[in-house]
Amino acid sequence: MTATQRPVRDPAAGTPAAAAPSATPAPARARRPRGRPAMYTGYAQNMALLNTGGKKAGVLVLFVVALLLPFLLQDDLLRLLATGAVLAIGAIGLNLVTGYAGQVSLGHAVFLGIGAYTASVVSGDPEDESVYGFGITFLPVWLLAAGLVAALVGAIVSPLATRLRGLYLAIVTLGLVFIGEHVFREWDALTGGVGVGREGPTPELFGFDVGTRSEFFSADQQLYLLMLVMLVLFALVGRNIARSAVGRNFAAVRDRDIAAEVTGVDVRKAKRLAFVISGFYGGCAGALLYSINGYIDPGSFNVLLSVQFIAMILIGGAATISGSIMGAFFVALLPRLTRELPEYLPFLSSSPTETPNVFQFETFLYGILIVLFLILEPRGLFGLWVRARNYWKAWPFSY
Amino acid sequence: MSADQQTGAPLVEVEGVTLRFKGVTAINQVSFTVGQRELFAVIGPNGAGKTSIFNVLSGVYRPQEGSVRFLGEDVLGQRPHAIAARGMARTFQNIELFENLTVIDNLMLGRAHRVRYGVLSAALWFGRARNSELTDRAAVEDIVDFLELASYRGMPVGLLPYGIQKRVELGRALAMEPKLLLLDEPVAGMNLEETEDMARFILDIRDELEISMIMIEHDMGLVMDLADRIMVVDFGVPITTGVPADVQRNPDVIRAYLGQDHDTGGRRSAGGSPPTTGTSPTTGTSPTTGTEPVGTGATAARTTGETT
Repeated sequence: MTATQRPVRDPAAGTPAAAAPSATPAPARARRPRGRPAMYTGYAQNMALLNTGGKKAGVLVLFVVALLLPFLLQDDLLRLLATGAVLAIGAIGLNLVTGYAGQVSLGHAVFLGIGAYTASVVSGDPEDESVYGFGITFLPVWLLAAGLVAALVGAIVSPLATRLRGLYLAIVTLGLVFIGEHVFREWDALTGGVGVGREGPTPELFGFDVGTRSEFFSADQQLYLLMLVMLVLFALVGRNIARSAVGRNFAAVRDRDIAAEVTGVDVRKAKRLAFVISGFYGGCAGALLYSINGYIDPGSFNVLLSVQFIAMILIGGAATISGSIMGAFFVALLPRLTRELPEYLPFLSSSPTETPNVFQFETFLYGILIVLFLILEPRGLFGLWVRARNYWKAWPFSY
Repeated sequence: MSADQQTGAPLVEVEGVTLRFKGVTAINQVSFTVGQRELFAVIGPNGAGKTSIFNVLSGVYRPQEGSVRFLGEDVLGQRPHAIAARGMARTFQNIELFENLTVIDNLMLGRAHRVRYGVLSAALWFGRARNSELTDRAAVEDIVDFLELASYRGMPVGLLPYGIQKRVELGRALAMEPKLLLLDEPVAGMNLEETEDMARFILDIRDELEISMIMIEHDMGLVMDLADRIMVVDFGVPITTGVPADVQRNPDVIRAYLGQDHDTGGRRSAGGSPPTTGTSPTTGTSPTTGTEPVGTGATAARTTGETT
């Protein structure tokens, strides 16, 4: 009977539009015909996240490699990758609001800041008189608090987006960064003050501090694995949002807002939701980022951080989740690569006091990469990947 | 007039709607009703306010005077997505598709107002969200079949040819499962073959899906063949409403399209009776006779008529 039960999961089985192989009612043949492994017999298969064999295999390989990396790489590289994973969470958040919903936000740094401080207040030492602290170091608690507070701020900001669009919205969100910077600089009881700062949240899970070395793993190995799990969770949720009606509504608002409204999309609600989700992701990323770093400087949440996030989604690929991840890792690993450059380019100096030095070169590189990607491959790294994939799909034919 | 077309209560009742933009009166005292399963056409020269009527109906513009009742309920002042959710779907004169999305996603968006799951359910892709997506997909595939779009399913609509894009837009409107469909120039810019395809789809929509339609169109052949009733608008003022045969003979309509003939125009309207081929005083300069349908070349003729 299992064969006859299969079409029940497919609500379209009775309709002429079903992708069923034969027109005759043959419930017994609802399984995939032999020798045609790529055949879809229901929309559930067609709409699954990993709906092709290639995707399944690719994700599996990627996951195995990611799990093996702690045993292959040095600790400092692992820390960098953990940072990349966290930045990717933030980039997914920005991509949902800017890439999918089309609302340019230069204020992402504020959400990171709010998340970071919320988490460290929740996790902070209550004995410490100088800064707020509640002493709840359990990771899910401070992470959720960070996300929710930042999401709330996103909701407060979102009315701007329903009244402004394009460049005007970008400028207003830029203003948000300056407000945030000012508050973080002046509110000493929250941030510890300029030059003093405060400790980041403690990544504790069921009494086990991920941030300190254990019997088997170094701290960086543990942090890497933790952040990897976090990234997978957040990316999965992000992808699900993007492919559901929520993400479709975002894209509709981005492409044509009046048509979206007449089609039945509540445009205001969609914009508000986009900022709330983006705030949540930004807040969580901020909290996790400073649980790796361990120390928060109030001056970190500036325009440059926002621009770096914009760079991540533009380099990675706007309106793609996997692109956000690629872009984030790219931006996270870029400084490491430029540090190696003086060996090959003798005119570059590795000391910040001389010019030209690698740090200048690095900022220059962000700019030039954004420009190059926008001109040559607007879909970013994701677009490059699609091109490569399509080439090999058709190989050895040219198309 | 033609009450036989209307069965039951009217679907839409527009009553004395006036829309002004600063000093310009775009629509002036427009009233009409559309019945169940009726194909109601709105025609008129360029800039007559036809699309403005649509924008008032779908809630994009808010008129200064008048009332719009849809399904017996006053919808004036409601937001467009709320009116859409009540069952009013629309296509646009210049295609307004979400061009980065695939055909399927565009059609799925037509069902946006039916989505009942929230962001949390969507985030997990479980239960309600998943079921809802699967049902919507099945419904959308029916429309793909109906409009013969199967081969374009997965393509971003921005890449599709114009005629197909028009059809996708019609599909998006149908995906809303509307009770009333507003078609804004469904065959504008199409060749004969595409026009005939579209005409077939429009008839199928009326006869198979039993959806009422209001259609704006400049292709007079199409309008005269398909429409049950026609309203003619000029400079925002409704001139006449009636069955195609009557509208074609109406002297005011002819004047709106072809311009006033200085020699004979005054006499015609003074006479008050619609001219027919046999009785009309032909002057030789006038390009019209009463029974001649107002053709597609009318706009060009109108400009020459005005300059004489």
